[in-house]
Amino acid sequence: MGALAASRSMFGRAGSRRRAGARSLRRRRALIGLLLVSPALAFVAVFFFVPLVLMIWMSLHRWPLLGHTSWIGLGNYAAMGSDPVFWRSLGFTVEYTAIVTPILIVLGFGLALLVRRNRRGVGFFRTVFFMPYVIGFAAASYLFVWLINPGVGLLDKTLQALGITSSPVQWLSTRTLALFAVVLMIVWKTVGFTMLLFMSGLQGIPDDVHEAASVDGAGRWTTMRRVTLPLLRRTIALTVILAVVGSMLAFDQFYIITNGEPANQTLTVVYWIYNSSFVNFQLGYGAAMSVVLMVILMLITAVQLYLLRDQTER
Amino acid sequence: MSATSATLGRTPPRRRSLLRQAMPGIAWWAICGLVALMFLFPLAMVVLTVLKTSSEAAATPPHYLPQHLSGQNFRALSNADIWKYVINSAGVALGTVVGTVIVATLAGYGFARYRFPGRTLLFLGSLMTLMVPFQALLTPLYSVLVFLHLANSLIGLTLVYITFQLPFSLFVMRNAFAEIPQEIEDAAAMDGASTLATLRRVMVPVAKPAVVTVALFAFFSAWNEFLAALIFLSDQSRYTLPVFLTTLVTGKLGAINWGLLEAGVVVTIVPCLVIFLLLQRYYVRGLMSGAVR
Repeated sequence: MGALAASRSMFGRAGSRRRAGARSLRRRRALIGLLLVSPALAFVAVFFFVPLVLMIWMSLHRWPLLGHTSWIGLGNYAAMGSDPVFWRSLGFTVEYTAIVTPILIVLGFGLALLVRRNRRGVGFFRTVFFMPYVIGFAAASYLFVWLINPGVGLLDKTLQALGITSSPVQWLSTRTLALFAVVLMIVWKTVGFTMLLFMSGLQGIPDDVHEAASVDGAGRWTTMRRVTLPLLRRTIALTVILAVVGSMLAFDQFYIITNGEPANQTLTVVYWIYNSSFVNFQLGYGAAMSVVLMVILMLITAVQLYLLRDQTER
Repeated sequence: MSATSATLGRTPPRRRSLLRQAMPGIAWWAICGLVALMFLFPLAMVVLTVLKTSSEAAATPPHYLPQHLSGQNFRALSNADIWKYVINSAGVALGTVVGTVIVATLAGYGFARYRFPGRTLLFLGSLMTLMVPFQALLTPLYSVLVFLHLANSLIGLTLVYITFQLPFSLFVMRNAFAEIPQEIEDAAAMDGASTLATLRRVMVPVAKPAVVTVALFAFFSAWNEFLAALIFLSDQSRYTLPVFLTTLVTGKLGAINWGLLEAGVVVTIVPCLVIFLLLQRYYVRGLMSGAVR
């Protein structure tokens, strides 16, 4: 009896010791986990969250590069309202986005249709169409600066040889032609990425869906319009959002190819933020425009997250 | 009725052969070949042009093919200290690759395998970086770098690149580690391996494709990045290659030295193309996982 009680109490003690051991092990693992993620958190805190808060703080000040800063409340935001360059650059960026996005979608979809099925030679073409995507925007822009130059570039010579134009085109002389040249470069450089997105979207549609459509007597065009495109809705939405966000942030290609010319007509929002902050040294004003740009982009990203959540539920 | 459905039942194979008739092999090759020519045209032309003499590269109207093959443009590039900028770029790119891989591997492992208070919140917090593009943060980021005495420094630039590479990399690494069966890790722990030893000897080798993907993306973004480098670096001796290209345009005598500029473009482009062609499987897989995030 006594032995039993003793053994029970011994068991009890062993049990609580085991529980305590499990608790301390859990605490130890929690500590190790925190240590493992701490370098990443330090990076994100110092180079992301601090600038994020500082951006809002700066946007409420007159903030020159040197010298002291002064609180002006919403003054920078008010200045934005009456700044014609800001509105023109925002309008131009939206226009550029509205031109580039549908071109990328249509051409990317066309290329994806061309190379969607596995057949001889298809790997080569996929690689070639995608290759320019890995080149940087700056290098690709300088390549096109040369290519479209009416004197030394080979684009005009080729266009004339093909009978498309009769004399060299001064691509950077007007707003429309300059925009066209930049769009040409961007489509060449990035359409392979859109192609890849559509390719994986198309490969996600089972073959029997198309067979079922043709059993029902649907022609190719009807199948495309009524079956394929609706099933690709999510891919299309994703492609649109990526193209829109990328275009809204355009800087390199305009800084390098058009230099904002002619007469500041091809200035994008990021370009104007750059000029305000780092050429005119109005860092507070640049920060205020950055806040506005960030809000616009967060709205776009919110739409993206909403659409992706929709997909996982289905 | 049954006869009709039998006929319809045979339709799919016939329809597929109709499709093939509508676009037979030759037409497919012709269309793809033509499009491929358009894609390759700028690259082929720039490579041919930098092999011309510098006066021929500046000739109007230009020739497609070099009349004389010449290394003149590359010699001029080497006189412009191209190697200094290649080393700057390579240093920043390698620093970004190593830093991103180490930090994202540690954190990806922590988030995938360890429970600690605030885990979900901290993970979402670091993914938030995805929602705010760094172009929007450049102005305050510059002030932070000035405060830390890291403005006009390649180290500061590398730290910024690592930060903005982290969300994607963290996401990829966490998913890769989460897919590894717990038993593999337990076996290592049984043998008395420490956390870091388990990570290094067991987990990382199994998750190697994800590590390669993360490394590749870090390399491409650091090697190609332009705007932050343009803003943060003020001494020309510290420029990375894309920013160095801007100095070639504002040539000494006002006229652009086209052969020199495009030789600089070729030097910037070629490493990207070579690495992509060698490792494209990892790159494309990473892109897909990143795009569908």
